Parts: sequence; structure tokens; C-alpha cells
Amino acid sequence: MSFYASLRKEVLELVRTHRLLIMAIVLIVWGLTSPLLAKLLPELLRLVPEGEQVMSLIPPPTISDAIVQYQKNLSLFGLLLAFLLTMGAVAQEKERGTAVLMLVKPLPRPVFVLTKFVALALAFLACMVVAGVGGYYYTMLLFGAPDLSAWVVLTVMLWLYMLVYVAVTLLASTIAKSQAAAAGIGVGGIVILGALASVPGLGKFLPGQLIAWGMALFTDPAASAWPALAVSLGLIAACLIAAWLVLDRQEL
Amino acid sequence: MAAIQTEGMTKIYGPVHALDGLTLTVEPGTVFGFLGPNGAGKTTTIRLLTGMAKPTRGRAWVAGEEITDSGKVAARIGYLPEEPAFYRWMTPIDLLDHVGRLFGLSSQERRSRTKELLELAGLSQVGKRRIGGFSRGMRQRLGLAQALVNRPEVLFLDEPVSALDPGGRKEILEMIGHLRGQSTVFMSTHILQDVERVCDTIGIIDHGKLVVEAPQADLLDRYTVPAFELECEEGSEAAFDALLKALCGLEWVASAVADSPGGTVARVVVKDLEIARRELPAQVVQQAAAYGVILRRYQIVTPSLEDIFLRLVNEANDHSQEVAE
Repeated sequence: MSFYASLRKEVLELVRTHRLLIMAIVLIVWGLTSPLLAKLLPELLRLVPEGEQVMSLIPPPTISDAIVQYQKNLSLFGLLLAFLLTMGAVAQEKERGTAVLMLVKPLPRPVFVLTKFVALALAFLACMVVAGVGGYYYTMLLFGAPDLSAWVVLTVMLWLYMLVYVAVTLLASTIAKSQAAAAGIGVGGIVILGALASVPGLGKFLPGQLIAWGMALFTDPAASAWPALAVSLGLIAACLIAAWLVLDRQEL
Repeated sequence: MAAIQTEGMTKIYGPVHALDGLTLTVEPGTVFGFLGPNGAGKTTTIRLLTGMAKPTRGRAWVAGEEITDSGKVAARIGYLPEEPAFYRWMTPIDLLDHVGRLFGLSSQERRSRTKELLELAGLSQVGKRRIGGFSRGMRQRLGLAQALVNRPEVLFLDEPVSALDPGGRKEILEMIGHLRGQSTVFMSTHILQDVERVCDTIGIIDHGKLVVEAPQADLLDRYTVPAFELECEEGSEAAFDALLKALCGLEWVASAVADSPGGTVARVVVKDLEIARRELPAQVVQQAAAYGVILRRYQIVTPSLEDIFLRLVNEANDHSQEVAE
């Protein structure tokens, strides 16, 4: 009962505070414009002084460029959105006092944390579906149809990649007493994940490999990165459980 | 069954004993005023009883449920923090509806309860306005409304009126007064006049320890000063002095002295309050007639709650110092 009530409030909050709108604009714009940018980049370079010389060094854009643009833009802006929209999720409520007002009611603390995650996951999913459909349509229009199943898997992997950072930042937001502290802890978590990815042999187990898997499917349909998927899902679950345990021990 | 019961409830933060072995019983249906200076442990007590913090030692029950079972307690209480914070994007209707959903009310119940509480809080006209633009008084009334959604058995109010102007205070205190008999109200405050106005039982806390707990009337009786005040019209001071000397001659009068030499106000301290209550009015009238004193006022001296509060807190501090020495 309290799960749906809390989830409803979280979704309403995303809508009424325009966070969903911001998320939608950023992800959908980059989803739609990535193939367009790939196509128009050579034309834009031609307008730059001495652009013709540069143009001669760059091969004509292909469907691969469109897919790479789509993946790079959405992974970067998705990560930024995941961080910015999540860092205040719990910390701000504790800081302002709304958490006390709600948690003194029959709203278990794990539900309080979990519904924040689920609401963000649903919002990212909705935006990624539109961004994915739009990106696919423009790629098809400008370069020809990419492999549909690979495109779907890439979009799902991008979504899961964002959710890892939502979960990490949500844990940071639960640990911290203020938004600023949450931002600091969240950045720390993201930097650690980035640093681990650069350790030889470790990267294939980390969330970044999910995107590489999605990309590889366009050339090798048998490609997979199951360990990275398992680690990513495990990381999400671990962060949520840790956030619950941390919040359960906190005095408000 | 007591509405609230605590046994040796203690909360320690590092070297600070925020609450020191609080043992307290609050009877159902009463408006309990939890009185104490700033930092006495009032908010800590409420945080422990509402499950927002855990006691270091001791046990407590709210509406028959032990506070360790926070889920069961949460379903039966209402809580208004000192400075209630709301989601600024919500409207009062959104908030009360959301709280109703958390308590599992049906959509029909939520609609009727929301309407009822908005009327009670005087917020019907602004039910669809965003809370972000509300004044302090409006937020406080909304805070009280959201605390009442589930018709709580026990309602915790932490300094509900301390930051309000006189008009706002009056409104909130009237709302609290109307809850008498419907819910048990546990109200913390450091404003004595508010307690005198609405509370029927009082607990005084200082330095984390309960100094006294009693019905307000008992407390006032217990600390009644056995004295009367007389005041005469100006111009009859000399005769008034003679009247006071005559009263001193009565065996149950300890002293009868003017506040200042030749003053118009005097205090008559008696040895036996009951005899004095019966005999003194007649004696005063008789002596006033005999000496030609025009009396303006005759009054039993009743201590204010403020007098009692200061006396008890000072006694508690003196005792602590003695123990420390």
C-alpha cells in the first residue's frame, strides 16, 4: 500500500518539479540529434575556414558514426542526469525536514528509498524509449536501417548503465546529511568506478562494459558481457540495500 | 492503559545526557503539556516516542505499542514538528491526499477527510494553492491538519505555537483545545501561558529529568501560597495601616504588611488557609468599616504556572548542584 502511495508521490514530484521534462528534453534531444550530428558534422566542418582541407582527412559519415554518436551522447548525458537528479533525493528531504514528516507515518524506510529509485528508473526508461525510437528513425532516414535488435539492446544497456549511477548516487544521498555532501560522495563513487574500469582485466566486469556489449552486437550478434550485467545488477541491488540499512540506522 | 508510558527512557549523545531516565505516564484523552526550558529534552522525548530516534536505555509505549515496533506506532499517532516542512510543489489537497494514501484510506475517505481537515485548519480557500507560498501560520495549521488525517490516538506537537504571532497562536491553541477527549495530545512548549490555556496535565522537564508530573489544578493547589492581597483607595493609607495591625491580632494570621510603608496594597499571610478563607472576608469588612477604609480589592493570592515552573526548575538545579558537590 505505502509502496504505491510513495511511488505515486515520487513520479508526481518528477513531473511537477519539471525534472522529468528536463530529463526528457536532454535525452530525447541527444537521441534524435545524434544521427543528425553524425551526418551534418562534415557539412559543418566545411563552413569552418580551411575546413575543406580537414574534410579531405575525414572519411564520409557512415551508420557506425551515427550509432557511436548516439551511444556517446546518451551515456555521457545520461550519467550527468543520473547524478544531478538523484543527489538530493534523500539528502534534501533530510535537510529540509520532509523526510521526518513522512517517515513518522506508516512508510517503511526501505520503501522510501526504493520508490525513489523505481520512479527515476521509470522516468529514465520512458525517456530512453522515446530517445531510442527517435534515434533509430533518424539513423534509418539518414543512413539506412541499423540492426533493430542490436539497437534495442544498446538502448536497454544504456538505461541499465544510467541506473547503476542512480543507485550509487542514491546511496551517497542517503549517507550524506546535505545535498552538497551527497554530491561529494556521489562524485567519489563515480570516480572510483571510472578508476576501476581502467584497471587491466577488471573493466570487463564493470558497468561500462554493458555499453561495449550493446555496441559489439552491431558487428557480432553473438557478443555478450554477462559478467558485467551481473555485476551491474548486483551493484544496483547492493547500493539499494546499503541505502536502506544506512537510513534505517539514521536518527532523523 | 496509558496513552504514553515511559520507563527510565534515556538518550545519550556523547557526553550529553539529553534525556536522563524519564519515567512518565500520560492518561488517554488528556492534553498533556510537556514544559521545560530550551534544551531540557522535550524534542528528544518526542523524537524517541515517534520512532525518529532510538533510546540509549529504557522502554516506552505509545497507544499500547512498544516504540521499538515503529510500524505499529506510526499507524496510531500524528506528529507536528516544531517547523513542519512540506513538499513545496504540493497543494494542501495533494498533501492530505498523499498522507491519507500512506495510512491506507479509501479514495472516498481521503476526499471527505481532506475536506474536513481543510475546513478545520481554515485552508479551504487555498486548498489548490502551492504550499511553497504559504505563510508560517498557514504552514503550521496545515501541519496540524496532516497530523490528524488518521484520527490519531496520540498526537505529538513539538512547540506548535512558539514561532507564531498572537493571532496564529490563538487559532492553533483553539484547534488543540477542540481535540480534548478525541485524542491524547502530547504538547511540548516553553510558553507557560499556552500550557495554562489548553493543558489539563503538566509535566515539567529540566536537564533531561522529569521534575514534576500532575494535573494542572493539582499543581496549582499544591503550590498555593497561603496569602491574601488587600488594596485600599488612595487617601485612606493611615486607616489601612491600622486595619492591618488589627488583622495581625488574629491568631490564624501570621502577618499583614503593606508592600511599602504607607502603601495601598498589602499582603496578609495566614497560618491556616481554610480558616482564613472562611473568616477573613468578614474580618476585613468589619475592620474596614470600623477604621473607615475604602477597600478596592480583596483577593486570594494564586500562584501562576510561571511561579511554580521557576520554583521547581530552580529547586531541581539546586538539588543537582548539591549532588555534584
